[in-house]
Amino acid sequence: MGKYWNEEIECMEPEKMRALQSERLVKQVRHVWDNVPYYRKKMEEKAVTPDDIKGIEDLHKLPFLSKADLRDAYPYGLLAKPLSDCVRIQSTSGTTGKRVVAFYTQNDIDLWEDCCARAITAAGGTNEDVCQVCYGYGLFTGGPGLNGGSHKVGCLTLPMSSGNTERQIQFMMDLESTILCCTPSYAAYIGETLHKMGYTPDDIKLKAGIFGAEPWTEEMRQEIEKSLGIKAYDIYGLTETSGPGVAFECECQTGMHINEDNFIAEIIDPDTGEVLPDGTKGELVFTSITKEAFPLLRYRTRDICVLTRGKCKCGRTLVKMAKPMGRSDDMLIIRGVNVFPSQIESVLLKMSNASPNYQIIVGRENNTDTFEIRVELTDEMFSDTIRSIEELERKIGQDMLSVLGIKAKIRLVEPNSIPRSEGKAVRVIDTRKLV
Amino acid sequence: MTVKQLSIFAENRPGRLSAITKLLADNGINIRAMSVADTKDFGILRLIVNDADKAVAALKAGGCAVTVANVLAIQIPDVPGGLAAAMQVLYDNNVSVEYMYSAFVSEKSAEAYLILRADSNEKAEEAFDGKYKLLSQEELLNK
Repeated sequence: MGKYWNEEIECMEPEKMRALQSERLVKQVRHVWDNVPYYRKKMEEKAVTPDDIKGIEDLHKLPFLSKADLRDAYPYGLLAKPLSDCVRIQSTSGTTGKRVVAFYTQNDIDLWEDCCARAITAAGGTNEDVCQVCYGYGLFTGGPGLNGGSHKVGCLTLPMSSGNTERQIQFMMDLESTILCCTPSYAAYIGETLHKMGYTPDDIKLKAGIFGAEPWTEEMRQEIEKSLGIKAYDIYGLTETSGPGVAFECECQTGMHINEDNFIAEIIDPDTGEVLPDGTKGELVFTSITKEAFPLLRYRTRDICVLTRGKCKCGRTLVKMAKPMGRSDDMLIIRGVNVFPSQIESVLLKMSNASPNYQIIVGRENNTDTFEIRVELTDEMFSDTIRSIEELERKIGQDMLSVLGIKAKIRLVEPNSIPRSEGKAVRVIDTRKLV
Repeated sequence: MTVKQLSIFAENRPGRLSAITKLLADNGINIRAMSVADTKDFGILRLIVNDADKAVAALKAGGCAVTVANVLAIQIPDVPGGLAAAMQVLYDNNVSVEYMYSAFVSEKSAEAYLILRADSNEKAEEAFDGKYKLLSQEELLNK
């Protein structure tokens, strides 16, 4: 097996790729127009019909979709196939009360897994490899996506899911895993645990890791590569477009190749929505041109990044995206989970006596994100026993966990102790320095 | 008969006790009894003061979270076993103490004064009835 999973696509002449994208886009717009009244209405509001979309050059005429649309249309509003044709759902960790639910036909699953197979192959994976998948399995796309890709490539797949790190390392040694798939922070933690258990990278057979679902730095990459004795590859994706594998890194480690036969990428000005030329920093927008059940057109990811075209040293011609350099909204990614400050506010507002004055403190200790929510205590919340205050902290903590899907340390603080700048409280302090 | 106690929430960071006590000093408040309960992240400063209403107003104006609770002030003999006997009375009557601390007393007094909050202050009062003297706010402040 060579270094490409699908050489024809991955190394396709740019003109040919553009023609393929155009052809698929035209078909996809028609499919959405015919089957998704929600999007059709948006097109009608912009006075655009499928006849106006003759190719990729007309893409800019289409309306955008945002996270807010996904919420409005929850759960079936953007579904383009009868449920009887769907075989799977996956879901995000949830935003302001409502989750994003994505639907897949069997064909959608096949194409998604194919994208993941390209990522595994680009990381050197073949059917000789043992691929240990420690992304979470379940509604989260990480586990199922890489698991499927690993099957396609023919790796012996270890569906470990996350957690129980010593057992992970035991399996890694006993079954001689060669490829590790997980979040970068978990990879760093596995590396640390390995050393704590008294082993060195020479004691394991790992050669490559495919890490994504959260931001990570070049320094972190070097640290992981050293502690596990591997080459670390980045992978990008989002539930809205399928999951991991929308883009993947090759051995050059200079950006992630976007699977352009399935996704058209654009960079826009987040304020005006205007399309920006390649090489300009802006918000990344994806159009799914092969998905059947949940085909999002011009979906605004809110990730800020840059696209680079031109043939890569690896031989691929697929456009490359840089690591996202930030967000055009206030979303935080904490331990791989998407967190919006508005979710925290909604939890506090629902508690009759809690103050909506809060502050989120995110940091990183030992390569794991720390997440603390400080809530200003009001007279109404305060009773004079320690027990009742601790009870309140526990209650807030449980409510946060059920809405955010991630555990936060709750710390009650004195009234007016959260710093305000120009009357507006500073809601987020993120000291991770990821960009 | 109960007395008013102020509870003030204080984060565990340098300068908090200093700021709160200064606020009281600046408003001419005298502290007659106090305790600090602490956890890893925060503490509760409990106070009996000469003018509870004035103290609450000053603390609130100073941005503190403060609440008022009714507690019992009992007089016990300042001798070995004095406290043990009082606790035995509560235990015999199935009353639990939530927290307890002693009030400031002059050296020459033969009595000690104990501030306590029970799971049921009423039951505690009944238990002490006829055995121990409970002090009113005024009596406590004039000791």
